[in-house]
Amino acid sequence: MKGAGSKPGGSPVATSESTTALLRELVAHLRQNRTGLREEWARRITEAKLLTAMTKDEVFAEATSVYDNYVEALETGTFEALQAYARNLSERIIPRGVQTDEVVGIVLLLRDVLARSLFSRYHADFDKLNRILDAYEPAANRIAITVAVGFVQERERTIREQQEAIRELSTPVLQVRERLLILPIIGVIDPQRARQLTEQLLRGIRTNRARVVVIDITGVAAMDSNVANHLVLTVEASRLLGATVIVTGLSPEIAQTLVNIGVDLGKMNTVGDLQGGIEEAEHLLGYKVVPVSETGTPAP
Amino acid sequence: MEVPILKQGPYLIASVQSALTDADLLQLRDGLVEKVGRFRSRGVIVDVTALDVMDSFASRMLRDIAHMIRLRGAETVIVGFQPEVAFAMVQLGLTLEGVATALDLEEGLAFLDQKIKGNERGQGPRG
Repeated sequence: MKGAGSKPGGSPVATSESTTALLRELVAHLRQNRTGLREEWARRITEAKLLTAMTKDEVFAEATSVYDNYVEALETGTFEALQAYARNLSERIIPRGVQTDEVVGIVLLLRDVLARSLFSRYHADFDKLNRILDAYEPAANRIAITVAVGFVQERERTIREQQEAIRELSTPVLQVRERLLILPIIGVIDPQRARQLTEQLLRGIRTNRARVVVIDITGVAAMDSNVANHLVLTVEASRLLGATVIVTGLSPEIAQTLVNIGVDLGKMNTVGDLQGGIEEAEHLLGYKVVPVSETGTPAP
Repeated sequence: MEVPILKQGPYLIASVQSALTDADLLQLRDGLVEKVGRFRSRGVIVDVTALDVMDSFASRMLRDIAHMIRLRGAETVIVGFQPEVAFAMVQLGLTLEGVATALDLEEGLAFLDQKIKGNERGQGPRG
């Protein structure tokens, strides 16, 4: 496999010493032309409308440090520092909405800009150019991969952390009156969260000895058939525990979706809003809420 | 293991203590249907708190018991489903349609009291 690494039609297989020497020459060239190449790169980034979430100065500042790290990785042939830098960079730019294609795009742009400068420097000596590119390309590719992987890993870490946070924020089961629980659901319900919700609700019914449960889904933007069916299962399971479930806050969109996908909601008791649901629940439990002025007797 | 059937005032209470074989279930059904007439009971409570699994045969038997007891002129309420059991049952489509359920023995007794009081006043129960 080693032989496949060397470019066909070019120089004989370069020994590692000559590669090192070439890379050293390359790095010297890149250091020398740092200002010009950096500006050229920043210009190309703006031109390609990448990193639009950042100001021009920020782009230039980042470009400078990426450039220096890039050259350093070329020089030392080690990628740990670059990896750490890529992670650090990703940490800073992910919250600003920078996308994967932008990050990969700017690294490839830098690669192109540098390759162009090598062309113009060595175009007189084709053989030398070939050998320089032999040394440059694998290293440049590894750098691009390192940065892209670093970015994606950082992103995935962020996503994992957020999922964790959402899971921890999980929906509370609240007792509002003796025998009456409410379960306000906010946000997206995925299958895992749906399972967790059901588990919490059924446990809540047992520990609080609830007879009526109001599930409020005002905060749920969309619902697919899986989640809807899960909701139906939850309602039926609650009934087996002796609790009546009232579902409130179905938005017009969700109502339409549910009817269109043909979920059987016949067994479900639905009320327009949370207030109506709680009133209905109080009615079922035999409560009657009366203003103090109408009770006749003054409060003790 | 045979399920003991206890008479408590106007009610019969069958408290399931361990996993039941199909034969035990049939015996429970026959015992309840027979005793509800002998003791002139108004209601039957089947307590399944101790069960941690419920298969389709068992849940069909519970439904059958409830329907037969109704034909014999009494009400049945199944009490004490564990949350996990309840959810597993509905996932399998065993929803015990038309069978009254309650959280535990106390709730079941309250349910029957209310139901029977409602019937005596010549009006149906709430709902």
